Amino acid sequence: MKQLLLALAFLIGCVALAPSSRAADPVAVSQPTLEQRVADLEAYMNNSGRLADTATNHVASNVPGPGPGHNAWQMTSAALVLFMTLPGLALFYGGLVRRKNVLSVVAQCFYLAGLVTILWFICGYSLVFHPGNPILGGWENALFKGVDSAPNGNYSFWVSQNVFAMYQLMFAIITPALIVGSIAERMKFSAICLFMILWMFVVYFPQAHMVWGIDGMMNGVFNPDAKIHAIDFAGGTVVHMTSGWSALILCLILGKRVGWGRDNFTPHSLALCMVGTGMLWVGWYGFNAGSAVAADVIAANAFTTTTIATAVASFVWPMIEWIVRGKPSVLGFCSGAVAGLVVITPACGFVTPAGAFIIGIVAGVIPWFFCYKVKLWFGYDDALDTFGVHAIGGTIGALLTGVFTRNAANPNLSINLKKYVTDSCFQPLVFEQIKAIAVTLLIAIVGTVVIAYVVKAVVGLRPSREEELTGLDLSDHGEEAYHG
Amino acid sequence: MKKVEAIIKPFKLDDVKDALREVGVEGMTVLEAKGFGRQKGHTEIYRGSEYTVDLLPKIKLEIIIADAKLEDVVNAIVRSAKTGKIGDGKVFVSTIDEVIRIRTEDHGEKAI
Repeated sequence: MKQLLLALAFLIGCVALAPSSRAADPVAVSQPTLEQRVADLEAYMNNSGRLADTATNHVASNVPGPGPGHNAWQMTSAALVLFMTLPGLALFYGGLVRRKNVLSVVAQCFYLAGLVTILWFICGYSLVFHPGNPILGGWENALFKGVDSAPNGNYSFWVSQNVFAMYQLMFAIITPALIVGSIAERMKFSAICLFMILWMFVVYFPQAHMVWGIDGMMNGVFNPDAKIHAIDFAGGTVVHMTSGWSALILCLILGKRVGWGRDNFTPHSLALCMVGTGMLWVGWYGFNAGSAVAADVIAANAFTTTTIATAVASFVWPMIEWIVRGKPSVLGFCSGAVAGLVVITPACGFVTPAGAFIIGIVAGVIPWFFCYKVKLWFGYDDALDTFGVHAIGGTIGALLTGVFTRNAANPNLSINLKKYVTDSCFQPLVFEQIKAIAVTLLIAIVGTVVIAYVVKAVVGLRPSREEELTGLDLSDHGEEAYHG
Repeated sequence: MKKVEAIIKPFKLDDVKDALREVGVEGMTVLEAKGFGRQKGHTEIYRGSEYTVDLLPKIKLEIIIADAKLEDVVNAIVRSAKTGKIGDGKVFVSTIDEVIRIRTEDHGEKAI
């Protein structure tokens, strides 16, 4: 075992230290004229390419590096998205479980922050964002080879590639962390550790490449050869559908918590839950507006639509409760806000504020219906409603993106999607979105079934009945959140 | 000597304390308690799930008094703790054989 590890370390070292294989440009490059230099500055202002970025112009640029403004916003956004997981989601979920399990949820979120960063560095970033085939990217950026402060023109002319990689890493961290919500309080830590490693490779990396990779088969905005001309601005399919549907499958395979339907599963602290929700909303601006990968007009619009849809949904959900149940609950305000954020996610950079308003109303109604009614009808133990909010929210978000995307909201739509976005509610884009939804469902459901049974065979999924009744804080981590 | 134990609604504690002080009670023990009687609990709804919370928070008072004060004390508690609604609580009276003050080793009513 020791020798194997040494050999592995040596191998990794060799790859990391290998000299860069970039060939020198054979064509002579001329110095830019004053006019060309001004054009490059304008390109920075407009978030478009420098003259040097187009293959036909063999001219150098005096501003070859990242643009400070765009880079600043992207680093801020990356930090905001990490803040969504640590501590936002950890508190949102942690407050909703019983006091004997709050640390287990926190530990699972923290574990993912570390694990996914390691996977991302080793090969995750490369498999998602380096060109490869339509389903999975290549290995050339493994161990962050070539990922430095220079921009990667495939994704941004003005944001450093390492900043872009860090920003996308935060998405890869929060996505599996969302799954934790439906399986809370009853999956042992070792099983979660193994499940998540496999899930990143089987579900997340391919899905993210298909939707966001420059040669991905569902990247309708930037890949003219995409098989499905779908769009997903900030992760309705990549983040919320994959995690949400996987969460449902995993919770069905796991079975219900001990005492379900008999014991009291009331949240141990709605105050923590509310604090976490507030952090999620704030962090989500990095998630959504940051997905423009620039501080440009598209980011500005995404910021606005995100606010409107979220505010409307956080209003609608508790109002429905007030009418149906007689009291508007704090959990209702929190759930509505998160549902609004989820549903607007794929749409935020493509729809106008008016579209966002309607999306907000739908987000307050349909996820509510699934959490209040459908869950009871079918009796699955989706502990913290990852399925009701994220799977359902992500799916209707992807669909409504097809309905409400308008050319006025995003100039990039005119690059490859002229035929699909005709500014009407039944535009051809809707059918492309349905195809993308189908592909996402397939990869999430089949992938999770396979992984779950593999993990079950290798380490088992659930703690013993006694450990579960004691609480995972003590049985998995040997700690308690509250003393006295 | 008598021991008076009273289960009351938590928000009535200050009223009961004041009323007892007025009738000359100089000390008491207060416990935070949980329980249920005829009031039963209430239901809480979290998203789709309804839970019955049947153990409600209550305050339990323990007071040791001389026999002569019993009627005043019980009246003071009943008067000050009453809201007229279900869940107001109960008063239990029992006889105490001996009381000892640890500091002075006084016995009996002197030690109360």
